[in-house]
Amino acid sequence: MWARVWAIFIKELKELSRDRMTFAMIIMIPLTQLMLFGYAINTDARHIPVGLVDLSQTSESRAVEQAIVATQSVDFVSRYASIKEAEVAITKGDISAVLYLPADMTRRLFSHPLYDHQQPYSALTRPIGQWIVDGSDTVIAASIRALRNLPLDEINGLATARTAPSFEVVQYYNPEQRTVVNTLPGLLAVILTMTMILFTSAAIVREQEQGNMEFLITTPVRPIELMIGKIAPYVIVGLVQVTIILSMGHWIFAVPIKGGLLSLFFASLLFIFASLALGLVISTIAKTQLQAMQMTIFILLPSILLSGFMFPYDAMPVAAQWIAEALPATHFMRMIRAIVLRDANILLLGKDALWLGLFTMAGLAIASLRFNKKLE
Amino acid sequence: MNTDSTKEQQVVEYAIEAQGLTKRFGNNIAVNQFDLRIPKGSIYGFLGPNGCGKSTCMRLLTGLLEPTEGQIRILGENLAGHEESLKQRMGYMTQKFSLYEKLTVRENLDFVGAVYGLSRARRKIRIEELLTLYDLEHQTKQFAGSMSGGQRQRLALACATLHSPELLFLDEPTSAVDPENRREFWERLFDLCSVGTTILVSTHYMDEAERCHALAIMEQGYKRADGSPKTLMETMPATVVEVSGDELRQLKQNLIQHSEIMSAAQIGAHLRVLVKQEVQDPLGFIKQLSAGRNAVLARPSLEDVFVACTGGRHVG
Ligand SMILES: Nc1ncnc2c1ncn2[C@@H]1O[C@H](COP(=O)(O)OP(=O)(O)O)[C@@H](O)[C@H]1O
Ligand SMILES: [Mg+2]
Repeated sequence: MWARVWAIFIKELKELSRDRMTFAMIIMIPLTQLMLFGYAINTDARHIPVGLVDLSQTSESRAVEQAIVATQSVDFVSRYASIKEAEVAITKGDISAVLYLPADMTRRLFSHPLYDHQQPYSALTRPIGQWIVDGSDTVIAASIRALRNLPLDEINGLATARTAPSFEVVQYYNPEQRTVVNTLPGLLAVILTMTMILFTSAAIVREQEQGNMEFLITTPVRPIELMIGKIAPYVIVGLVQVTIILSMGHWIFAVPIKGGLLSLFFASLLFIFASLALGLVISTIAKTQLQAMQMTIFILLPSILLSGFMFPYDAMPVAAQWIAEALPATHFMRMIRAIVLRDANILLLGKDALWLGLFTMAGLAIASLRFNKKLE
Repeated sequence: MNTDSTKEQQVVEYAIEAQGLTKRFGNNIAVNQFDLRIPKGSIYGFLGPNGCGKSTCMRLLTGLLEPTEGQIRILGENLAGHEESLKQRMGYMTQKFSLYEKLTVRENLDFVGAVYGLSRARRKIRIEELLTLYDLEHQTKQFAGSMSGGQRQRLALACATLHSPELLFLDEPTSAVDPENRREFWERLFDLCSVGTTILVSTHYMDEAERCHALAIMEQGYKRADGSPKTLMETMPATVVEVSGDELRQLKQNLIQHSEIMSAAQIGAHLRVLVKQEVQDPLGFIKQLSAGRNAVLARPSLEDVFVACTGGRHVG
C-alpha cells in the first residue's frame, strides 16, 4: 500500500514542480497578497479629503479649521462659496464630507459650554457648525463622527481640566493598534483556504479531465491510496506558504509572534488537513477544473467575510455565526490570532483544534465514500 | 477424452464471456443485449463507426462501468466481486492517451510499474525489456507530452503490458498513427498473442479488422454479426456484383431505387452492388437492370459484410 502511495506522491511532486505557473502561484500568492493587504488594509481612516464652506470668515472660524486639521483625520482640499456647490462636489466624489460654518458661528461659539465653561448647557445651545458626510463608506463616516465632540476650549486657550472619563481602557495586545497585526494571521487563513482547497480539488479533477483516471481505475490502486498520495504534496505546499507569510510578517511588518512556533505549525497543519479534506470532497463532486474553481470560491467568500477576517465574529447575527462555525477558517482564525497575538498555547484552544480534526475525518470519510472506482 | 471433460475445458478456455450485456445512459442505450465469447489466446475485434458503443463495451468488460443488465465472466471468474484481483491480470489501453504528459517515458513506466506492485528490481528489468521491444530506448528522458502519435501509442502499449497481463484491452489503438506504424503495431500484437495473451481490440479500419481471429460488427449498441472474417464473408446475407461500363453514376441512381439492392458504391471504374440474398439469380437480375454493361460476381470483402450487416451505412 505505501509503495503505491509513495509512487503517486512522487509523481504528483514531479508534475507540480514542472508546472511553472502553479509553482509560481504557490510562492507569489502569499507574497503579493501579503504586500497588498499588509499595506493597504487600514480601518482607521486618516487624511480624508473634505471641503469647507466658511460663511463666517472670522479669526475664530480659521481657528476652528486649524483645530480640526490638527487632528489629522481630515484634509481640507477645497473651499466652496455655498453649501449647494459643496453638495455637488460630494456627489461627484471629489470630497467625502464638507464642514459648514454658518455666518453666526462666532456667536454660537462664544455661547457654547465646551468653549466657555462658564456658559450653562441648555436647550438653546446650538452646535457651531455642521458636517455633511457621504455616509456610503461606514469607516469614513465613523471617523468624521468622532469629530463631533472636538474640544473647543483649546481654541480659546482656556483649556481647563477635562471631565474625567467614566472608564479607563488598558490595551493588553497590539498596543499601537496597528491593523496589520490583526490582518496578517487572518490573511494566513484566507490564503491557505484558497490555495489548499483549489489545488487539491483541481489536482484530482485534472486526472479525470485529462483521461488519466480512466487508466488509473483499471490499475490495482485503491481510492484511499490515490487520495493520500495526491494530497500529501500539498501539505508541504501549505507549510511552505505558512513559513513565507509568517516570516514576511515578522521581518517586514514587525508582527510579533508571541506563541510558540510548535503551536503555530500544529494549528496550521490541522487547518491544512481540514482544507485538503474539503478540497477532496469538492473533487468528488466537480466534473471539470472550472467547476472545482467555482466551488472553491463558494467556500472562499464566506471564509473571508464570516470567519472574523473582515468583521468581528461577535458583531455578526446569530445565523451568520452558525455558518461561520461550520467553516474551518473561523476556527483557524481564532487559533492563529490567539497564538500569534496573545501567546496562547495550543492546549488552550482544544475546542477549535478538535473541531478541525473532526472536520478532516468527516471530509476524508465522505470523499472516500463518494470516490468509487467507477467512471460514473 | 470424453465429452464431459471437453465441455469443462471449454468453459475455462474463454477469456471473456458476457451474456445480455446492456448499458443505458439515461434514455440512451449505448450497449444493447450484447453476447460475447472470446477464446483465450485470440485477437478479437470490435468493428463499428464512432458512437456505436465500442468504448462503453470495453469499459463494462474492464469493470470501469457497471452494466445496467447482464453477466460478465473474465478469465473464468465473475467480474462482479472480483474486480480487484482481476485488475492484476488485465491491461487496458484507453482510446485517449491517458499517461502523464509532464512525466518522461521512463517515469511513466516506473509509475505504472509501482502502481501494479512490481518490485524495484523487477521493474528495472521489465522496463528495459519494454523500452527495447517498443523502440523507445532513445526517448527515455523525453516528456510524454512532446512525443509523436506513434511513440505515444508504443508507450501506452508498453504501460498496458508492463505487468504481463493475460488479457489486454486496446481501444482504437491505431487511430492516431500512420499506416506504416499501424502495420508494425499489429506485428507486436501478434507477438503478444503468440505467448498466450488474449487481446480485445476496437477499430474502425477494415484492414485491421480483417487481421483479427474473430470480430463483432457493431452498430448503435447492437452486435449485428460476429465470427471469423472468413466466415463472415462466406455467410453474409448478400451477393456482390461488380458492374463496369459508362455512366455508372446514373446507373447507381437507378439501382438503389430497387428494394432488392442493399447498396451500390462506385469504387474506381466499377460499381460494387450488394444484392439481397432472397434474389434467386443476382447476376442475371443486375445484368437485366444495367442495360448491356459488363457485370460479374465478385468475392465479398469485409466492407461488404459490414454494409450488408448494418443496412448500408459506411464506417468511419
Ligand atoms: N458517460 C456517458 N454518459 C452518457 N452517454 C455516454 C457516455 N459514454 C458514452 N455514451 C454514449 O454511448 C454511445 C456509445 O459511445 P462509445 O462507447 O464511446 O462509442 P465508440 O467508442 O464506439 O465511439 C454514444 O452515443 C455516447 O454518446
Ligand atoms: Mg470509443
